[in-house]
Amino acid sequence: MSGVWVILEARDSRIGRISWEAVVAGQQLGAMLGQPVYGVVLGANTESLAAEAATRSLGRVLRVEHPLLENYTSDGYTHALEQLLRVEEPDYVVFPHTYQVRDFAPALAARLGQTLIGDVTSIAAGPAFTRQLMQGRLTGTYRHHGHGTCFLSVQSGAFRADAMESDAASIETFVPTLEATQIRTRPSAPFRASAQTVDLGSASLIVSVGRGIKGAENLPLVQELATVLGAELAASRPICDNGWLPMERQVGSSGQTVAPKVYIAVGISGAIQHLVGMKGSQCIVAINKDPEAPIFEVADYGIVGDLFEVVPALAAAVKASKQQG
Amino acid sequence: MKIVVAIKQVPERDAQVRIDSTGKWIEETDLQWALNESDAYALEEALQFKEQHGGEVVVVSAGPERVGSTIREALAKGADRAIHTDCNDLGERDALGVARLLAAAIRTEQPDLVLTGLQSDDLGYGQTGVILAELLGLPHASLILHVEKSEEGITVRRELEEGWFQNIELPLPAALTIQSGGNKLRYATLMGIKRAKTKDVRRLTAAELAVADEPAVTLERIAMPQKQKSTQILSGTPQEAAAALVEKLKFEVRVL
Repeated sequence: MSGVWVILEARDSRIGRISWEAVVAGQQLGAMLGQPVYGVVLGANTESLAAEAATRSLGRVLRVEHPLLENYTSDGYTHALEQLLRVEEPDYVVFPHTYQVRDFAPALAARLGQTLIGDVTSIAAGPAFTRQLMQGRLTGTYRHHGHGTCFLSVQSGAFRADAMESDAASIETFVPTLEATQIRTRPSAPFRASAQTVDLGSASLIVSVGRGIKGAENLPLVQELATVLGAELAASRPICDNGWLPMERQVGSSGQTVAPKVYIAVGISGAIQHLVGMKGSQCIVAINKDPEAPIFEVADYGIVGDLFEVVPALAAAVKASKQQG
Repeated sequence: MKIVVAIKQVPERDAQVRIDSTGKWIEETDLQWALNESDAYALEEALQFKEQHGGEVVVVSAGPERVGSTIREALAKGADRAIHTDCNDLGERDALGVARLLAAAIRTEQPDLVLTGLQSDDLGYGQTGVILAELLGLPHASLILHVEKSEEGITVRRELEEGWFQNIELPLPAALTIQSGGNKLRYATLMGIKRAKTKDVRRLTAAELAVADEPAVTLERIAMPQKQKSTQILSGTPQEAAAALVEKLKFEVRVL
C-alpha cells in the first residue's frame, strides 16, 4: 500500500485547471512523504485524457474505463473507484474540490470507512491539512488517523498549477466490473437556464452588493454608485436567491467568474463561494461594517463602516471628481 | 410520502466568533444560534412537497440541549414531528461520525425521501447528505434546487458550476442535498409557534443508537486566517474615507 493518487476531472474533454492544481497538491504531499504520485482518469473513452495527463510528472496514469462511465453518475464513479482503491490501497487520494467531487467523494470515502478532508487550502508537515471554517472567518487544521487511505479535496486556486514540470508517464487501463442496474440515477444533458444578457466577465469596473444591503428597496443606493462609476452591478448569491437581482448578475462559484480592474464589494462578507468568483480582480475594495469580515483578507483597500453612509459619500466623491475632470 | 429533513443548529451569521481556550473550537457562551441556511431551504422544499402530495415531514437534528430551539422553529414552520439526537460531542466526531448518528435515527423512520441542506455555515463540510445516502443505501443527488414527483420517483434540478443545470431522475426512496435559493422561505406564523409546543419531539442519545465514534479525521486547532493581501484601511468619516478611496482609484489604480 502506497502512493498519492490524484483523481483528474475532465472539462470539455480536457483536464480542467483545478485538476492540475490537485496534481500540484499531490506532488507536494508526495515530496513531503517520499511517495510516488499517480494520476487517474475516468470515462468510457479516456485515451486522449490519459495522454494529456501523462505529460505532467505523474509516475503512472490509470485509465478507469467502462462504457457505463461515459456520463458522470455518483453510483458509477463510486463503484469504479471503490474497486480500484481496494486493489491498490493508496495512502492518499487527492481530488479537485468540484461540484462533481462533492457529489460522490464523501460517499466513496465513507464506503471505505474514511472521511474526506474537503476544500483543503494548504498542506503542512505531518501532514496537516488546512481548510476554512465559519464561512472563511476561521481556518481549521485537520489530521488523518489510522492506517486506511486518507481522502482530501483541494480548493480551486489554492495550489498554483502554472509552474508544473512535464515528464512522460506510463499509462495503464483498469476495467471495473459495473452493471447497468447498479446505476440508480438517470442524469440528462446539462443546460443553461436562460441566455446570458449580462457579461460580467468583460466588465472593467464592478460594484457588487451582498446581504449588508438588507432589502431590495435599498438597491438604488448601489445602483447609483455603479452608474456614476460606469460600472456593472453584480451581487453575491443571497441577493439573487431573494430575487432582488437576476441570477445572471451573481458572482461566485455558482455564478460568473470575474476579473475586472476594480471590484467594489459592498456589504459582502466574503464567503469562499463568493471569493472564488472574484479574487482574480486586479484591485479589490471592500466596504463592510464588520472589520473581521473575510472580504478584508483579499481586499487592497477597505472601508470599515456603515454602507448606508459610505456608499452615498463615495458616489458623491466620484461625481465631484469626474466633474473636475 | 414520508420526508425526513436533517437540520443543524449553527451560530448566527453575524455572530462575533472568538477562539476558546482549547484552541479547537469557538467560545459558545453568549453566542446566538440559528437554523443553518441551506437546511431551511431543505425544510421548505419538504413542506411544499407535502402540501402538494400529502404525507409527513419529520425533522432530525443532532446536538446538545440548545438544539431544541431550532427544532421548535422547524416545527413552528410546519414540520409534523422531530427526533433530537442528544449529544455533547458533535465537534469531536468527523463528518462520517455525525452522519452515522443521524443515519441511525433516520433508519427507524424508513422515509421515502431524506433531505438536508447542501452545507453547514459553521464547519462547511458539505458531506452529511451524501454520506447519509451511502449509509442508508439510497440513491442521491446533491445541490438540488427543485424537486418534482415523476411516474417512477422524482425528477430534480441539480446546479452545476458557472450557471449550468441538469435534470436527474431518481427512484424512491432517495436522499437529496438542497441548495439555497430554490424556494422562498416561509416564516413561522403565531398559530404555527403555538402548535409547535404540542408536537412530538422524540429524544435519542448517541449511546442508545450504539454508534461508533472513533473518528478517522480530527480537527486539531482553529485559527484566525492569514491575510492574503495587505489591506490599506481608509479611515475617518464616511466622507473622508470616500475621498481617500477616490484618490486611490484616480492616482494609483488609474480608473477614474
